Amino acid sequence: MTPLSHYLIFSALLFSIGLGGAIMRRNVLVVLMCLELMLTGANVALVAFSRAQGLEGIPVYDAQVLALFVMAIAAAEVAVGLSLIVAMFRARRGVESTSLTSLKD
Amino acid sequence: MMQNLPWLFLVLPLVAAAADWLLLARRPRMAAGVSITSVLATLVLCIACMCGLQTGTPADYTWFPVQGIDLSLGLLIDALSIKMMLVVTGIGALVHIFSLGYMKGDPSNHSRYFAGLSIFMFSMSCIVLANSLVLTFIGWEMVGFSSYLLIGHWYHKETAADAAKKAFITNRVGDFGFLIGIMLTLGLFGSLHYADMAGHMKVAAGSPVLTAAILFLFCGAVGKSAQFPLHVWLPDAMEGPTPVSALIHAATMVAAGVYMLVRLQVSMGLYAFTDTACSVIAAIGAITAVLSALMAAQQDDIKRVLAYSTLSQLGYMIMAVGLLAGEAAMFHLYTHAWFKALLFLAAGAIIVCCHHEQNIWKMGGLRQKMPLTVLCFLAGTCALVAVPGFSGFFSKESILEAAWGRSLPLFIVGIVVAAFTTFYMVRLCLVAFGGRARTRDAEQAHEAGPSMLVPLFILAAMAIISGYGFVADRLVPFADFHAESTEWNVTFFAGLGSLIVGGGLAWFMYAKSAADSAQSDPFGSHIISRILRRRLYIDSFYDHLLIGGVQRWFTCLVSCIDDGVIRRLVGHGLALLTAWTGRLLSRIQGGSLRGYTVVASLGVFLLILLLIILF
Repeated sequence: MTPLSHYLIFSALLFSIGLGGAIMRRNVLVVLMCLELMLTGANVALVAFSRAQGLEGIPVYDAQVLALFVMAIAAAEVAVGLSLIVAMFRARRGVESTSLTSLKD
Repeated sequence: MMQNLPWLFLVLPLVAAAADWLLLARRPRMAAGVSITSVLATLVLCIACMCGLQTGTPADYTWFPVQGIDLSLGLLIDALSIKMMLVVTGIGALVHIFSLGYMKGDPSNHSRYFAGLSIFMFSMSCIVLANSLVLTFIGWEMVGFSSYLLIGHWYHKETAADAAKKAFITNRVGDFGFLIGIMLTLGLFGSLHYADMAGHMKVAAGSPVLTAAILFLFCGAVGKSAQFPLHVWLPDAMEGPTPVSALIHAATMVAAGVYMLVRLQVSMGLYAFTDTACSVIAAIGAITAVLSALMAAQQDDIKRVLAYSTLSQLGYMIMAVGLLAGEAAMFHLYTHAWFKALLFLAAGAIIVCCHHEQNIWKMGGLRQKMPLTVLCFLAGTCALVAVPGFSGFFSKESILEAAWGRSLPLFIVGIVVAAFTTFYMVRLCLVAFGGRARTRDAEQAHEAGPSMLVPLFILAAMAIISGYGFVADRLVPFADFHAESTEWNVTFFAGLGSLIVGGGLAWFMYAKSAADSAQSDPFGSHIISRILRRRLYIDSFYDHLLIGGVQRWFTCLVSCIDDGVIRRLVGHGLALLTAWTGRLLSRIQGGSLRGYTVVASLGVFLLILLLIILF
């Protein structure tokens, strides 16, 4: 059986890649994908903990239910996010996050 | 129902004032009608009460309940108060009627004027009828307020507005002492009701606390009755309309101090007035009488002469109070009210008919132009200077009699003041009525209308007869008053001597310049005259000490706080702090999405680190 730490390291990697992408990329579409990556990382950790905390091969289902919730919400968020990105593209012919400074200027 | 009838004394003028002010502001004739009706109604009620209408004790009104202290407001109907009410409502009614003629053609708002008169009648009735110091004090403040309104009736004139302020503020000084006195009285007697004071004194007679209490109460009288050193407001109060000067600043309000002191003497008992307190009161009265008689001797404004003369007569009354001769004080108050109201109203008629000229050196020859008014004025003058047979003679003699029995210096003061009184009144009459007209205004003077003449006739009759026993015994506001018949004693001859000396001196000095129609006082440039004209420098002294000294320093201090602390530190400092913080915080709202993400994730990491460290 794979030890818990492996899962956690994998989850941390996924999260870090997501975070790094969200910070560094300028394309809002990619930023959205990176956010999905971070959520996935968190989900992996949840499921891993649920397995580890389980007794006699039966996992703690609470965490898994939570993971399902996260996925559902992520899907909803993507729907909203993508439509915002489409609207943004229509409005300004680009999806660069650095160009979103009209409130500051 | 019947027993509460006396409350009408208060309710009627108050309702009239409210109606004038709120409903009839644009209907001056109706407002005047309402005010006059209310004052006549109170006069009728007052006469009815004097003729034996038994109303019983009016119900008290509980103002607000305080544990252990009775703060109810009620009326006290006795000989002192109801006869005083006759003076107030009687002169009040005449002044109201006179005002009709006096204010005719005046562009100011007559509704406001009559509302002021009515609110004055209300507040004066409060003082006179109060059964406790609480209601007296309420009335006390209210007369100050109405006096302020009426002095400042022509508020567009700067002098009138200033005089109104001066009167109000000077009175506040005295009223503050009065309030302290009331507190002390409550402590010493356990009650503020006049009826509960006698025999309930908690300290021995002659104790210093009692002296202090009496003197603090006297402070109120010093302010309201314009005694030295707070006398400065009364001459300036002459800026108000002349009927107001007659009613408020000669006959009634300024006498309230005397009335209050006599009321206290009657209810506390004479032994409550300790020797020290009495000496101070008598001395203040004597000083006021002398100083103001001196100042009156060189005034050129007809109303100011009368104002200083009022001060000096009030000094007499206060002196009588200090001599524990409340009876004489009230007698003089009562005769003075009639003849001084007469003098002021006659002066008002003269002023109106001379087109608002008040300088006596610009009048002259009025005895031919308006003989009836001048005759009335002369009747008032005779009463004031105590010509035997006129009312002032009897009352002044009773004061001098009291002084003769108790203190020789005060008696001499009384005689000297009487001589000065004759001097300035003869001077006034010679200059204003004798000779020929000096100016066009005086040339065109004509007799006053009936609404002015009728009150003058009534007052002139009172000025002549009110001192005789058959009138005085019934009308003088003092329980069981009995006028003593004139005796050929020292006081009589001293009074007669002062009359001859003062009159003779004035004749000697001014008969020639009156006949020559001199344009100004021939002695005006003399050093003594200059000092007297500058009011003995008392007003300038106050100007320098209080306004130039204390007040300027205080203004400096206040403006330092205003400018340094409030404006610089609080105003500018707070603005700077806000701007600076805003600039600092606006940096983090840089508009870069990346920056936000970095900060947010760093924050999350920090939180996690904290959690790990703490737990």
